[in-house]
Amino acid sequence: MFGDYSIGDLGAILAMQGFAGLILFSVYVLMALGLAIIFGQMGVINMAHGEFMILGAYVTWMTASFVEAYLPSLFGGYFFIAMILAFMASGSLGMLVEWALIRHLYKRPLDTLLATWGLSLILQQAYRSIFGAREVGVELPQWMLGSKQITDSIEVPINGIFVMCLTVLITCAVAYVMFKSRWGRQVRAVVQNRVMAGAVGINTEKVDRYTFGLGCGIAGIAGSAFTMIGSTGPTAGQLYIVDTFLVVVFGGAASLPGTIASAFTISQAQSTMEFFMSGSMAKVLTLLGIVAILMMRPQGLFALKVRK
Amino acid sequence: MSDEIKRGLKSPLRRKLLAGIAAIPAMSLLPRPTLADVPATSAVNTTGLAVTDNEVTVGILHSVTGTMAISETGSVEAEKLAIEQINAAGGVLGRKIKFIQEDGASDWPTFAEKAKKLLVNDKCAAVMGCWTSASRKAVLPVFEQYNGMLYYPTFYEGLEQSKNVIYTGQEATQQIIAGLDWVNKTKGAKTFYLLGSDYIWPRTSNKIARKHIEGHLKESKVVGEEYFPLGSTQFNSVINKIKLTKPDVIYAIIVGGSNVAFYKQLKAAGIDLSKQTLLTISVTEDEIDGIGGENIAGAYACMKYFQSLDNTNNKTFVPAFKKMWGEKTVIGDVTQAAYLGPWLWKATVEKAGSFDIDKVAAASPGVEFKGAPEGYVRIHENHHLWSKTRVGRAKVDGQYELIYETADLVEPDPFPKGYQ
Repeated sequence: MFGDYSIGDLGAILAMQGFAGLILFSVYVLMALGLAIIFGQMGVINMAHGEFMILGAYVTWMTASFVEAYLPSLFGGYFFIAMILAFMASGSLGMLVEWALIRHLYKRPLDTLLATWGLSLILQQAYRSIFGAREVGVELPQWMLGSKQITDSIEVPINGIFVMCLTVLITCAVAYVMFKSRWGRQVRAVVQNRVMAGAVGINTEKVDRYTFGLGCGIAGIAGSAFTMIGSTGPTAGQLYIVDTFLVVVFGGAASLPGTIASAFTISQAQSTMEFFMSGSMAKVLTLLGIVAILMMRPQGLFALKVRK
Repeated sequence: MSDEIKRGLKSPLRRKLLAGIAAIPAMSLLPRPTLADVPATSAVNTTGLAVTDNEVTVGILHSVTGTMAISETGSVEAEKLAIEQINAAGGVLGRKIKFIQEDGASDWPTFAEKAKKLLVNDKCAAVMGCWTSASRKAVLPVFEQYNGMLYYPTFYEGLEQSKNVIYTGQEATQQIIAGLDWVNKTKGAKTFYLLGSDYIWPRTSNKIARKHIEGHLKESKVVGEEYFPLGSTQFNSVINKIKLTKPDVIYAIIVGGSNVAFYKQLKAAGIDLSKQTLLTISVTEDEIDGIGGENIAGAYACMKYFQSLDNTNNKTFVPAFKKMWGEKTVIGDVTQAAYLGPWLWKATVEKAGSFDIDKVAAASPGVEFKGAPEGYVRIHENHHLWSKTRVGRAKVDGQYELIYETADLVEPDPFPKGYQ
């Protein structure tokens, strides 16, 4: 297939392909971050993660419709407002869920799996009843469409660049909050030893609630960003959930750097193989690779060293 | 002629039609035909179906919850509209249609269970239902065992024929061959890149497409064939491959949520569908709602019905549908095919003079429906429909503009020789 092309052409394709891998990487990081916080820091297996993402997507859709109808002059920038609203909506729903459901199940981590799966079904049907069974189309402002011409033959999609920047921004923010702020220290203290953390005066219930809220809020932002590249429908969250768990488990559940490393490995493997073989085959080989590595290293790529 | 002038000409007609439709409910107030005109129940129903002197029960079996609700909602709406219109026009053999709706819940065993319920408990005289091939395959043994009648609306891969099923959508060769011939002739297309979601319909359809391209189109070849898992949302790699191979035609059979991702990423990658020919058989107006017209404008679709079709039947059908289900609803190919189901069943029952399944099945070949929004259809001996195949071009407003239609009805051929 490479026979008829000049070196320049091939170089351009390779560059674009590399970029495709980076976009996939950003997408994976964005969808996995929220889950990594909840799963890694709290040990809660949140099967409703995809539905929190889709809530963000629906908020974006509603914002777009509202701005288009009432404030058309602001349409170019609505996406930023939408992301903030998505964060708040998913985050508050997350805190509500933590209060009503999750906090009763901390001692039974496997039951959280069932409870959140049930929650995901409830949310799906709620979206279907509220927004209708059909998918909705989120209209993007003009500047976010199309691609940027870098050289004559290399062009990269603008929404890809946008997702990449967003991912970098959010990852930095999360890293700062988790590792530099006072609140982050409290979260990590609760993870390492809940009883002791409570004894030194940390309000562990509050920490739990905000951690869960933060994880869900980031899912909301991810969902909002994904309206650019994917569909928005009641069950669209299911499209992301498997990949998300894959990234988090492969990376080592409790580790943020692990999540990033694992997202990078999986996305590069996937997009490189997709280029040389069919999409389905690439997925199969990626999954096989992950299974093999997890058999040898069940704790994932990066494991937090804790005294058991 | 500008759009506005056209609209100006249309509107008086539309008003008249709307007035006509508004009058339909009033017709039920008119004196009903006396029972003497209506054939006796014992004569038209010898096998114990749910038929009384003034009512006949049919089933509607689609998913209104779960993943497939996105697609199947339109079919349910169309079937209910058809039933309402048939009742307003006097029913079937003087009997009003009463429907029982069951939810398949996007789960194939549930479909089989509900089908059994509709046939065994409710004794439905006919069932309008199913959407995916998987659900049809699940209910087929039930319909054959309990001798029911299924009207199945979706375009599908063919390779099936049953006494107990009428396929009101197109089978694969009807949908594919005319479209490929058209793109080869008018666009001079020689190289094709085949894409699809990874399951039976896209794979069978692409197999037929490949055989046709390599065997029947001059000097044409397939330069790539790729499948993606259902629900896949990342297409950047294959888009780069398309950029590398520069095919004359991208032939896309991607379904569900993947569709949205594919077209958005295609547009973002700078592939301009006004220059790059893309032919799809899986994107109806329903899907464009989710994709966004601006992302798919310029693509060609090959199927049998578009909402924008300019004929008298369609001009009554579209406003009636919107009046019942809202101004914003769109009507795709499958929705229209679902609308044909109750009407074809009514015509068949009246031809057979009986509700009995065996008599209806035997009377089906040759039954025609002149009021079809797509124009005219007739049932073939193999229980599929003779229908025209059309090519439309997607516009920014989410509608298709008709570009080409076959001169004659295309014969359904569910077991195509030389294409398997």
